Amino acid sequence: MQPDKQNANLRIAALVSVGKHPGSGRARRAEQDARAVEMGLAMAPQGLEVLHAGDPHAEALRAYAGMGLKKIRILQQGENADAVPALSQYLGESKPDIVLTGVRAESGESSGMMAYLLGEKLGMPVVTRIAEIVSIDNGQANLLQALPRGQRRALRVPLPFVASVDMAAAAPRQSAFGPASRAEMEAKKADVEVRDEVQASWSEAPARKRPKRLKVVKAKTAADRFKAATAKSSGDGGKVLRDKPASEMAQAVFDLLLEEGVIR
Amino acid sequence: MILDWLLPVLISVALLLAVAGMLKRISLWRAGQPEKVSFFSGLMAMPRRYLVDLHHVVERDKYMSKTHVATAGGFVLSMVLILAVHLFGVENRWLSYALLSALVLMFVGALFVFKRRLNPPSRLSKGPWMRLPKSLLMFAVSFFIATLPAAGILPENFGGWLLAAVLAAGIVWGMGELLFGMGWGGPMKHAFAGSLHLAFHRRPERFGGGRSTGLKPVDLTAAKLGVEKPTDFKWNQLLGFDACVQCGKCEAMCPAFAAGQPLNPKKLIQDMVVGLAGGSDAKFAGSPYPGIEVGKAEGGPNKTITEGLVSPDTLWSCTTCRACVEECPMMIEHVDAIVDMRRFLTLEKGNTPNKGAEVLDNLIATDNPNGFNPGSRMNWAADQNLRVMKDVKEADVLFWVSDGAFDMRSQRILRSFVKVLKAANVDFAVLGDEERDSGDVARRLGDDATFQSLAKRNIAAMSQYKFKRIVTTDPHAFHCLKNEYADLYPEGQKPDYEVLHHTTFINELVKAGALSLEEFKGGTVTYHDPCYLGRYNGEYDSPRELLNELGIEIAEMERSGFRSRCCGGGGGAPITDIPGERRIADMRMAEIKETGAELVAVGCQQCTAMLEGVVEPRAEVKDIAELVADALIEGDAPVSKKNGKQAKPNADKRVAEEIL
Ligand code: SF4
Ligand code: SF4
Repeated sequence: MQPDKQNANLRIAALVSVGKHPGSGRARRAEQDARAVEMGLAMAPQGLEVLHAGDPHAEALRAYAGMGLKKIRILQQGENADAVPALSQYLGESKPDIVLTGVRAESGESSGMMAYLLGEKLGMPVVTRIAEIVSIDNGQANLLQALPRGQRRALRVPLPFVASVDMAAAAPRQSAFGPASRAEMEAKKADVEVRDEVQASWSEAPARKRPKRLKVVKAKTAADRFKAATAKSSGDGGKVLRDKPASEMAQAVFDLLLEEGVIR
Repeated sequence: MILDWLLPVLISVALLLAVAGMLKRISLWRAGQPEKVSFFSGLMAMPRRYLVDLHHVVERDKYMSKTHVATAGGFVLSMVLILAVHLFGVENRWLSYALLSALVLMFVGALFVFKRRLNPPSRLSKGPWMRLPKSLLMFAVSFFIATLPAAGILPENFGGWLLAAVLAAGIVWGMGELLFGMGWGGPMKHAFAGSLHLAFHRRPERFGGGRSTGLKPVDLTAAKLGVEKPTDFKWNQLLGFDACVQCGKCEAMCPAFAAGQPLNPKKLIQDMVVGLAGGSDAKFAGSPYPGIEVGKAEGGPNKTITEGLVSPDTLWSCTTCRACVEECPMMIEHVDAIVDMRRFLTLEKGNTPNKGAEVLDNLIATDNPNGFNPGSRMNWAADQNLRVMKDVKEADVLFWVSDGAFDMRSQRILRSFVKVLKAANVDFAVLGDEERDSGDVARRLGDDATFQSLAKRNIAAMSQYKFKRIVTTDPHAFHCLKNEYADLYPEGQKPDYEVLHHTTFINELVKAGALSLEEFKGGTVTYHDPCYLGRYNGEYDSPRELLNELGIEIAEMERSGFRSRCCGGGGGAPITDIPGERRIADMRMAEIKETGAELVAVGCQQCTAMLEGVVEPRAEVKDIAELVADALIEGDAPVSKKNGKQAKPNADKRVAEEIL
């Protein structure tokens, strides 16, 4: 937390969910959401609002509070309610400069759609998988986006925007029991509560690991093995579209989706 | 003669000033948190605690104990008689003779104090403590001469003005140190604070040969958790700090200090004194925290300790081995204080160093420190056919497996112990997946919330089943179950089982003839006492008896028994991993090597891990359970070694039952 990074007037909303430990299945602070809170605390400790849509009594929320939050705002709604309408309604009114989410939730639908849906509803640009907010100047943020194998892409994005926070972001600080148990859980009934009909019709089962093709590396030296393990997989059949009219590029994407049967 | 009126005045003034200083000191202690003590019975018990319990500890150093008896005894006696003879002017020749003898006694004692101070070992503090023997001598000599006329040995007015002036000066010096200094923070403060500390000790169970080693639970609903400022300590903890005589016995025993980590228990206690009284450590005249300069630390009763007075690294260096507490002649509780301050750092600040936060998160999410799936706790025993409490509901013995279940090396110990239990036909069962980490590490890392949560869930799991004893191979779990869980039982309930360490239990089995063992055929063997078995629970004998049963003559290390040195694995020290100049485990292995041992027997998986982590060549490390399992003669009817009687077939089962 460099003080020069703190922005007195910046307002950040970090959206947090109830996570799930992969081993024990126990509720916890979700790893990516906790990174979002950490990022918020580092950027704007005063202007950070941590937001959750759901059950105000979920104990796991306290684990976020233990990072040093005075309060967590909760849009109270039922178990089967869709979080997007409630959150977008609230965020539409509170108008933060930056909305941070995890990439995908650790439980529930875990579709990874939250950032996109919010961006659509709020009319804000969406940046996925950011690793760091480097600085903010003139109403624009300099971001680092996490790419596979430790690569980063520098982006400049105008405020306000929605960003999902990647695991590559700074690890969240330790959650302390004292502040966690004393933080205020400010619950208010969500203004809109939309039952998630689709999810209600689903049944949940633990995912099974899919078999993975073994990558046989015929490497003679350690250096070769290292290269094989870290090299970018060269996907074939890819096509780079660049510097063409937007409609032409969009058409190419559309055709591909059609061809792959993603849309019909 | 001039002294006739001057002496009473001087004595009265010194007494008044001393009392004023004491009242001031008492107000400093009272700034601490309230804690109930039994006031009168504490005061009544004080002389006995001093003469018996404290003397018992001091007695380990014969020179010092004799010296102290003479000096302190002589002084107290002289003081009483001085009041009678010189203040109240009781004219009785025999009284004066008694005073003279008391002063001689004190003088002789003081001579020995003087001698020790000629070439003091590094653990002793210098500074004002170097002045003390001279002050003692001055006090004794001046009053001796001043009393001679009253005893009729010298004529009144002997020596005239000059002698009177010299005597008065000597008396002022002597009383200045011994009375004034007692109240105003001089070396003699220890007599005043020490006696009250004995009376109002936070662990009165320690007196009369008892033991009290379990940490006290944190009230999790309090407005602040743990100790941030000196005034957050209980008042009698503050009083305890003031009792320190800076003898440095703790320093000499501390493994972290020896390893060059930034911890010195003596300095820590003195820093607490600086904190409670306010000021800086510039006057501290002993060994520093290794690597940290003396004179820079400042504190006050209401200042955050870890901001300027004590570095957090100092607190996190401690292995909670209790060697300092065991050694302290003033019965000061260093470990309580250290853990109290850690609690603040963890529970309020979220500042557990290095792997601390990760381990605590894992304990919260998976009930084990490494984040393994809690459903895989029984995987180690897939081939062992263990009975699980959930199925059998009842057994004589509950085998507490501990987190060793997840570690391949520890699993060898567990398997060996199971083999022994089976050979002795013990009726035992395990909790299986219902068992959780005992909470030991969480508690020593200051996270009492997680400790309490684990303990309560373990208690709930155990309460469903019937058993008479818990046996475990892990001394840390042993300590928690035996000494710390009782505080966390639901209102009105108490543990109704006995908790045993596996060495105690196997020793019983062997004594009862339930096991037949062959002689150990190997080289020299030494034994390493685990802190949580020895100092925490007083079990020094069973492991040794058991090794003797195996035909092993233990080549004892110099630091063994209650003076055993920690392996470096306790108190979460491997997790917080504060750097030093050496590793504690390496130092311990060097001590093992000195005995010429080819094998070191231990009774703790943590010690095993630490000692096996030392690079080869080194002694082999084996748990006693492994040694016993290797020596088992299976199939035969057991032969009791002691009487050589052939037990009847199936008798082993009965014997095993008998002792349960
Ligand atoms: S408990 Fe052990 S490591 Fe901690 S201060 Fe005391 S002697 Fe040193
Ligand atoms: S704490 Fe105890 S052992 Fe250590 S110096 Fe003080 S009196 Fe001696």
